[in-house]
Amino acid sequence: MARFKKAGGRTVPGINTGSMSDIIFMFLFFFMVITTIRSSTLLVKIAPPKASEVQKLEKKSLVSFIYIGKPIKAALGTESRIQLNDSYATVGLIQAFVVAEKQSRNEFDRKVLTTSLKVDAETKMGIVTDVKQELRKAGAYKINYSTHKRDAYTTR
Amino acid sequence: MLKRTPELNTASMADISFLLLTFFLLTSSIDTDQGITRKLPPPQPKDQKSIDIKDRNVLKVLVNKSDNLLVQGKPTNIRELKETAKLFLANPGRRSDYPEMEEKIIPGLGKITVSKGVISLKNDRGTSYDTYIQVQNELTAAINELRNELSKQRFGVAFKDLKNPGYIDAISKAVPVSISEAEPENIGGN
Repeated sequence: MARFKKAGGRTVPGINTGSMSDIIFMFLFFFMVITTIRSSTLLVKIAPPKASEVQKLEKKSLVSFIYIGKPIKAALGTESRIQLNDSYATVGLIQAFVVAEKQSRNEFDRKVLTTSLKVDAETKMGIVTDVKQELRKAGAYKINYSTHKRDAYTTR
Repeated sequence: MLKRTPELNTASMADISFLLLTFFLLTSSIDTDQGITRKLPPPQPKDQKSIDIKDRNVLKVLVNKSDNLLVQGKPTNIRELKETAKLFLANPGRRSDYPEMEEKIIPGLGKITVSKGVISLKNDRGTSYDTYIQVQNELTAAINELRNELSKQRFGVAFKDLKNPGYIDAISKAVPVSISEAEPENIGGN
């Protein structure tokens, strides 16, 4: 007689997880491409202002950052401070910073180097003006005031 | 008979890639770098004489330390600034108290009238950065809109959709970013 039942009974086949890793890798690459890793940890609190006429910064490698805002550590007071790379700086150090940033790029990129000013909305213009004057002296003319995007005012 | 290689166990692969994924998610931040782009003027030589610009060619914008706006001596709301700046730069009625218009020949556009108007922006050291950016934003908006109008009229597309670098250059020359920031002065107090 024919045997109708296999020994050991019926088992549900396991789900093939072979392609799972491929899917996750796809996710991973997607995130790696669209995100930027912040090279320096922020020492100042920055909530940038909002503006409607924003332009995107094209090449990340050709941008150097200057942060201005209130220190995160409350012990350092509420006076706005400048952050270059990983430490607090004074206005006088900006020219040296620009020179160093230029030196780390190749010959062709130096002319198109942009300085992005990441400044907290509550900062007073005095310190920003000082920084701008130093940038002019250092020959870093292309600047970008970092902002978030908002809608334009509606015209009546 | 061929010796068969045993299959690799890939079950843990997904776990490893998940780990990598979470690591990247945590360490990275999706902050798109965007903002208002400006070009600073080169430093002023010490012996430079002041250039005479006719009074009608200058739109004076002042921001004081309490973030109030003064345009041509009149207190103004920030929402009106864009229209004021557009009217000033375009001078559609060719009014005699508005800036002079200059005939220029620009490659790609031919003969065109270019405004001689300059927006002079001056702020106090105590002005908040937010207000300063809002003012810059409105002035940029005025210039962008004028560029758009000219671009639509000549090439049929908005300025930001122009692809030909020659056209972009021509429009940029016809409507220049004529915003001049005053040299900072040390005024008492803050």
